[in-house]
Order: sequence, then structure tokens, then C-alpha cells
Amino acid sequence: MIILGISAFYHDSAAALIKDGEIIAAAQEERFTRVKHDSGFPTEAIRFCLKQANVTLADLDNIVFFEKPFLKFERILETYLSTAPKGFQSFKTAMPVWLHEKLFQKRILTDRLCALENIESKKSIRSKLLFSDHHLSHAASAFYPSPFEEAVVLCMDGVGEWASSSLWIGKGASLEIEKEILFPNSLGLLYSAFTSYLGFKVNSGEYKMMGLAPYGRPMYEDLILKHLIDVKDDGSFRLDMSYFNYMSGLTMTNEKFHDLFKTEPRTPEDEIAEFHMDVAASIQSVIEKILLKILQSLAREQRGIKNLCLAGGVALNCVANGKILKSGLFENIWIQPAAGDSGGAVGAALAAFYLHHKNQRDVFFDQDSMKGGHLGPSFDQNDVKVRLSALGAKFHVSNDVAEIAAKALADQKIVGWFQGAMEYGPRALGARSILADPRSASMQKTLNLKVKFRESFRPFAPAVLFEHMSEWFDLEKSSPYMLLTAAVKPSKRTGGEDTGTGFERLRNARSQIPAATHVDYSARVQSVHMQTNPKFHALLSAFYKLTECPVLLNTSFNVRGEPIVCTPEDAFKCFMGCDIDMLVVENCVLYKSEQDLTHVNDHRARFGND
Amino acid sequence: MEFLQELWLFLKVRKKFWMLPIMAVLLLVGSLLFAVKGSAMGVFIYTLF
Repeated sequence: MIILGISAFYHDSAAALIKDGEIIAAAQEERFTRVKHDSGFPTEAIRFCLKQANVTLADLDNIVFFEKPFLKFERILETYLSTAPKGFQSFKTAMPVWLHEKLFQKRILTDRLCALENIESKKSIRSKLLFSDHHLSHAASAFYPSPFEEAVVLCMDGVGEWASSSLWIGKGASLEIEKEILFPNSLGLLYSAFTSYLGFKVNSGEYKMMGLAPYGRPMYEDLILKHLIDVKDDGSFRLDMSYFNYMSGLTMTNEKFHDLFKTEPRTPEDEIAEFHMDVAASIQSVIEKILLKILQSLAREQRGIKNLCLAGGVALNCVANGKILKSGLFENIWIQPAAGDSGGAVGAALAAFYLHHKNQRDVFFDQDSMKGGHLGPSFDQNDVKVRLSALGAKFHVSNDVAEIAAKALADQKIVGWFQGAMEYGPRALGARSILADPRSASMQKTLNLKVKFRESFRPFAPAVLFEHMSEWFDLEKSSPYMLLTAAVKPSKRTGGEDTGTGFERLRNARSQIPAATHVDYSARVQSVHMQTNPKFHALLSAFYKLTECPVLLNTSFNVRGEPIVCTPEDAFKCFMGCDIDMLVVENCVLYKSEQDLTHVNDHRARFGND
Repeated sequence: MEFLQELWLFLKVRKKFWMLPIMAVLLLVGSLLFAVKGSAMGVFIYTLF
């Protein structure tokens, strides 16, 4: 049985294909179109999935869209009616799109799919279409690929159709909803409201606010809990909507909200002040406390279930995830690496396979079924050579790329690392990564300003050999998808007490791997495993042999505002447009110093701010 | 036609019949505006709203 899952038309469009329950391929459309968070119909992602499985649309049993458009429209209409006439401006903006396109999604999906393979009989496609539910898609993406026979599944995001938080119980192939919290009460939207208040873009700037939080003190925590959100003992919550504008307006917060903090919202051009750091620290702390409260209540109620699965945009908050793991409320935690809406594609397909078609589920207890997240396009060595030659790139072919790259990294070079199948989800996990030596005190600044062209305060993540992980980090469970934050072990710390405040704290080299240690000694750890990530594991092992450090700094292979590179061509353009010293694409090694200078480009200028 | 059938089924299952007149008006006005876009009739429609 072959099923295609699609998520599209809001942000992070994606497609995923499963065959008899096995995830064969999955990719986000932005990687192909080079438009960050592309929300369009995922033509290229679908084309890739079909090619990867060697099938056509005619071979598919079902095509599943990740949410229900009618139900979403119902929520939008009811929201406008409940706030009328206040939301007329927003109503006027949203309605034409709904009345011309979104309400007729079945027709649009059919037309686009037919156009993909020049199919004349629309009925043949229409009859295969199914519509999942937004939170069911999230829950299915979290539970079915997990290595658990049974689990509590918690999904939290901005909003789907109506639900913003939902709790499910997964057992074998069944997945049943227990309870949900509905729009407008939403932890995701609360976090996004603060993201917007601090001058970052909603749906992409949340990472920045999370990275900013450790610089501040949570001094507004009580204010938030007193005025903005009422949290009950079981963790359920209600927002005071008089402080928010997202129900009826085109902004997230209103004057009452700004008055509460006695400060107007920050614009993207404004300096980040201590106040902004304190606000970020406060909302991060509030989110963590609410999540822990919810999970404490769940751990009490769900007697005997020791496993927890997480999905939805809130599950990308790796700081909160680290605290959940540390709390010990659940023995095991598994988080869908594509926890945001892109993961809805794989969830929708899996939900159809297990719930609609009632198939049996086999659980592999030692490993999840996401294949290390490497579900995207790959390019074989011959293809890479042809593509690089066509670009005019100068390269050497070697079978010892791990050793060559490790030597360069130890010599403080910055390396673009392109190997195997591209990652599905927002994190680069060693297939499309920029790597550097984390032992360098200046590397964080260099990478932020000269390679990524982004704010200097943003932290970088360490990738560590799983075998050595617990020597370096306060983490016992694996973290292959970089979704857990843990503290650097005291034995690896070097820094004394902080002397400055705010961004001055960046100057203090606080551990043996300062470039990958945040100001609060935390790190967003990726454990690298031989089984799922052999080439990256080999590189880390070679680096360890040279330096006795089993850690590399790992950041996504892109510049600010650019989707992660997909093809060797994308990688070469990025390589020539920023300060990466060496590029390794499969077995081809490229040195910047050997390249023709005519290839140097203003890569950064091609992409907008994120 | 299939769209209308599915919409009716949705309203029935969700017991949200109150949405019917609103949606009918929105769809009617929407298609009217779409149909007369660029035509001489457009002038009269815009004065109505």
C-alpha cells in the first residue's frame, strides 16, 4: 500500500511517501524552490517522493492532505463573527483567499496533482484524496515512527483547525484523542505573540527568542502569569484575550499588552536591550513551567505509560524538551524531528495507513523509523562530479574525505559537509551542514557574522559521538535530532563567573567547547550514531583521533534567510558566497583558495531576512 | 456540485446550519465580484459595497 501525504498552503509545505508503513521519502518544498518556508503546493517535493519510490500517481492508494479546510474555515468565520465589527480589516484580507482558493482545496489539489503528470481523468485522483485533521497529523507523526508500543502523545502548536493543544494515547496501531485545548487559547500563539513583540518574525523568529532567553532574567514571569495566562493545576490554561490582537487584527499584541510591559514593541532595526532579553527569559520560563505542569498531570493520570511523544511547533523548543527529559516524568521521550507543519505530511500518510486502512503496526524498539531524518534527495558520486564540473568548480576526489575534513577542521577551517540524503525537518544533522571546531573561542562570532550573516548572539549546536556524549553533556538518552538541550558537564567547563551583562557575557569562554556552549552552559546536543549517520560519525571519529575532542559545531548549510541547501549546485553557490573554507560533497573536496574568483557571489543578497 | 454536497454534509455533521446563509452570501458576493472584475458592471458593484 502506497500513500502520499501533503502539507501545504500555510507555511513549510512538504510531501512524504510511505510504502506498507515504511517512510520512503519526505522533503520540504522550500528546499527545491529556494523560498524559505514556502507555502505553495509542493510540486517538487511530490515529484521527488514519487521518483524516490519509483511510482506514479496512478500507483498510489491514497493522497492525504494534512488538515480539514472546511473545519478551519468554520473556525475563521466564527472568530470573525465573535469579534465583529472589530476584525473587518483582517476579514477583508482573509476572505478573498478563502473564497477563491482555500475553501476549494479538494479541487485545487486535484488540479495540481493532475497537472503534475498530465492526467486527464480528474476522478481517478479525486477518488484517492483523503483529509486528515491537523492535530491528528501531528500526533501520528509523533507516535507511529517512534520506537514505542504505547505512549502518551502531546501536540502543541499555534493552531490547526480548532485545536492548539491535544493529548492522545497511542497503543499499537491505535491512536485516540483524550483531550484538547481550543483556539484562541494557545501556547504556540502566546510564544509567537512575544516573538513578534520582540521584533522577530512569527513562524521563524521563535528560535531567536529561545536563543536570546539565556541572556536575560525571568523578571516578568509573575506579570505574565498574573495578567496574560491563567494556568490551572492540571496545566490547562486560558489566555486573557484583551491583551492580544490575533483574533481580530493583523498584529499579535495590542496596546494593552504594550502598556503592561510599559514598552512599545521592538522593531527589527532596534538594538536588542536588556529588557528584551528579560522578556525572552520570562516567556521561556513560563512555557517551561506550563509544559511541566501539563506533563506532571499527565504522568499522574496515564497510569503505567512510561513513554512520551511530542509534535507540533512547540516541540521544537529544545530548551523546554531538555527540561521535560530531566524532570523524569516519563522514562522515554521521542520527538518528531519535523515537529512543525512540514511533519504533517508524514503524519497524514501514516494516519491513513494505520487508522483509515487499519493496518498492523510493527515496532522496532531499538530505533525509530525516521531513518535518522535522512529522507530527502541524495546524489551519487558520479552525478556530483558531473554537476560540479558543469559549474566550473575545481575539486579533488578522495576516499578519505573524513580524514581530510577532520584535519581542516582541526586547523580552524570552516567546512561545508554535504553527504547522502537531505534531512527532513528544520535541523541539519550532518547531511547538509556547516561544521567548525567548537574549541575555538572566536568561532561563534566568525560563523554568525561571516558565514551565516546573522545576529552575533545566536548560539550554535554541538554534534557529538554518541559513545562520548555523557562525558561532555549532562544527557543520558540519545538526541539524534538536535531537539534536546543539556548542560555541558562541569568537568568540561573552564569559565569563571560572568563579569558583564547581556551580550557581554559572550566574551567569557566558558567551556572546552566555547563555540557550542551557550551563556548558561547549555547546548542543543545532537548525538551522532554509527547506524543512522555513518559518514558524519566517521568524520567525528577522525576529528576525535586528531584532537581528543569528539564534538563538532554543526549548523545548517545555508545563510540567513536561505533554505538549507538541497543540491550540489546550491551548496557550491553558498560556499562561494560566504566564508566557508572547504566544501566536501560526497567524495569531492573543494578548497576555496583553488576556485575561480568569478564564482564569488553576493549570496546573502539573494535572500530576505529571516 | 460535489463541493456543495460535501459542504452540506459538513454542515450537517457539525450541526452548523447557521453558517449556510453567511457562506451563501459570501460565495455569491465573491463570485459576483469575480465575474464582473474589469467589466463595466464593476462600477455599480463597488458603489453597493
